[in-house]
Amino acid sequence: MLRFILGRIGLLIPTFFGVTFVAFLFIRLLPGDPLELLAGERGISPERKAQLMVQMGFDKPFLQQYWDYVVGIFHGDLGVSFASKKPVLDEFLTLFPATAELALCAIILAVCLGIPAGIFAAVKRGSFFDQTIMGTALVGYSMPIFWWALLLIVFFSGTLGWTPVSGRISLMYFFPQVTGFMLIDSLLSGEKGAFLSALSHLILPSIVLATIPLAVIARQTRSAMLEVLGEDYVRTARAKGLPPRRVIGLHALRNALIPVITTIGLQVGVLLTGAILTETIFSWPGIGKWLIESISRRDYTVVQGGLLMIAGVIMVVNLIVDVLYGLINPRIRHN
Amino acid sequence: MTNSSPAAKADTAKLEAESRNATKAQFAEFWYYFSQNKGAVIGLAIFALLVVMAVFAPVLAPHDPDVQYRDSFLAPPIWQEGGKAAFLLGTDWVGRDILSRIIYGARYSLGIAVMVVIFSVTTGVCLGLLAGYMRGVVDVVIMRIMDIILSFPALLLALVLAVILQPGLKSAMFAISIVLLPHFVRLTRAAVLSERSRDYVVAARIAGAGHIRLMFTTILPNCLAPLIVQATLSFSNAILDVAALGFLGMGAQPPTPEWGTMLAEAREFILRAWWVVTFPGLAILITVLAINLVGDGLRDALDPKLKRS
Repeated sequence: MLRFILGRIGLLIPTFFGVTFVAFLFIRLLPGDPLELLAGERGISPERKAQLMVQMGFDKPFLQQYWDYVVGIFHGDLGVSFASKKPVLDEFLTLFPATAELALCAIILAVCLGIPAGIFAAVKRGSFFDQTIMGTALVGYSMPIFWWALLLIVFFSGTLGWTPVSGRISLMYFFPQVTGFMLIDSLLSGEKGAFLSALSHLILPSIVLATIPLAVIARQTRSAMLEVLGEDYVRTARAKGLPPRRVIGLHALRNALIPVITTIGLQVGVLLTGAILTETIFSWPGIGKWLIESISRRDYTVVQGGLLMIAGVIMVVNLIVDVLYGLINPRIRHN
Repeated sequence: MTNSSPAAKADTAKLEAESRNATKAQFAEFWYYFSQNKGAVIGLAIFALLVVMAVFAPVLAPHDPDVQYRDSFLAPPIWQEGGKAAFLLGTDWVGRDILSRIIYGARYSLGIAVMVVIFSVTTGVCLGLLAGYMRGVVDVVIMRIMDIILSFPALLLALVLAVILQPGLKSAMFAISIVLLPHFVRLTRAAVLSERSRDYVVAARIAGAGHIRLMFTTILPNCLAPLIVQATLSFSNAILDVAALGFLGMGAQPPTPEWGTMLAEAREFILRAWWVVTFPGLAILITVLAINLVGDGLRDALDPKLKRS
């Protein structure tokens, strides 16, 4: 098992250097002089430019610059934001819990609804329920989520007035961040109504972000279940006279879930892409909104750092999924 | 004996006729399985309608998509109180006819998606063939580059590329093509790896077929089924991504009647005029849904495993 894990980590090393190289190239590929771009509209004097060239290492050979950049990454140095003057890594770490909370709620919602829906559709294959569930899943899978978010805002916030339109919590509440997860922090604060306020802010963005993963998980669960339900061991379990619930829940589901776990892991990329759109629409103060704002502010060190960190998160999660997959499916481990 | 003898000619003609019949039979079989899936047939019909709408936009659109009717700002759809017969789906905040903009928008969305898929498929197939056929260093380099592309969320990479290339339709197209590329490379490579040691490939090699012939004429036609399904999925992804980039201001720029850009422009009016937001989004949803229905049907019809079950 250790060899399997080390092998997977070994495969990541070239990808890691590739990803850092892409992030490194980003600022150098922008049209125009990188320093003038970083200075923005205020411009920069020739003396200051020469000084910055040396300070930021732009006068060194290309490969030396890349090496310095990689060494910097290992020391936690992702540069400084030109807008806030704060280190990019600090900003990322401050904002990441907001995105993580949203993404976690979305994936929990998607798994809790998607797996039962998929099982039900597979067991009742060809029925009205199967067609309705799969039809709905296909609509969800095809949904432009930025439009879906706007529709939900019009209906639930505009017409019914049930949910707030933006932010993580009402401005009435103020308490120190402990975990960075608003639901937990609001509970810890003991302020009356704070938890409900945080929850009501979280509902619509979570639904929007969960839509595509939910559809994918439901479709994947159904097809995995259908495959497993046709296997000999399921027939044997049925022939032994086991109740259908036990056959489906114990014999079939355990094996059907193996590909579903991979699918859930692959949704991390989908969630982070979705977070860019969802956070922008709901003014959710997370990584996605931060990146979009940095792009429009031309705060390119932030974009560079954010790009790298997000790719890092996806790589780590994919590694965990790979290892988990090997853990529950020995055939993969031994190949 | 030469090839020009009457007997040889007759043989060739017979072989050609047989080959034509085999192609016809294959298509008939494909159509039989495809048409079993009612959703796929409906999707195909909707998609055909959308293509007609895009091609004949100047004839079908009741108004010029950019003309502003100053007496009709935010006119509601015809069935709502205050709606005007001239504007079936209403007008936007500068008095442009929404229906006409949606009809013209089909040109952008479908056109961009076609270009993106053509670029991704041709480049992806060539790279996948090279990686799977050549193996060794070529394979390692190509596949690691694809891994790197896959490490970034698609939309984020597309956004960054759009920033580097300056926001606009062309850069959005290029960015989305790059993002979709790894799927084709991986699929082609996997298919080539499973095919290259088969007897018919070895036979062709012994008969003296060169590398290019082996790659494109012998192996490629036998790897097409998953590629066709992936191309359909990528087509719908491309439409969604173009719209998302437009929505974030990094794709088509106003006043281009691209559906995502229309949504972005309409955002601030959502609580006052539901129609400016609803119809462009519905157009995206219907298009993507139709293509995904076709994709599901193609997968059912082209996957031999599913046929048997």
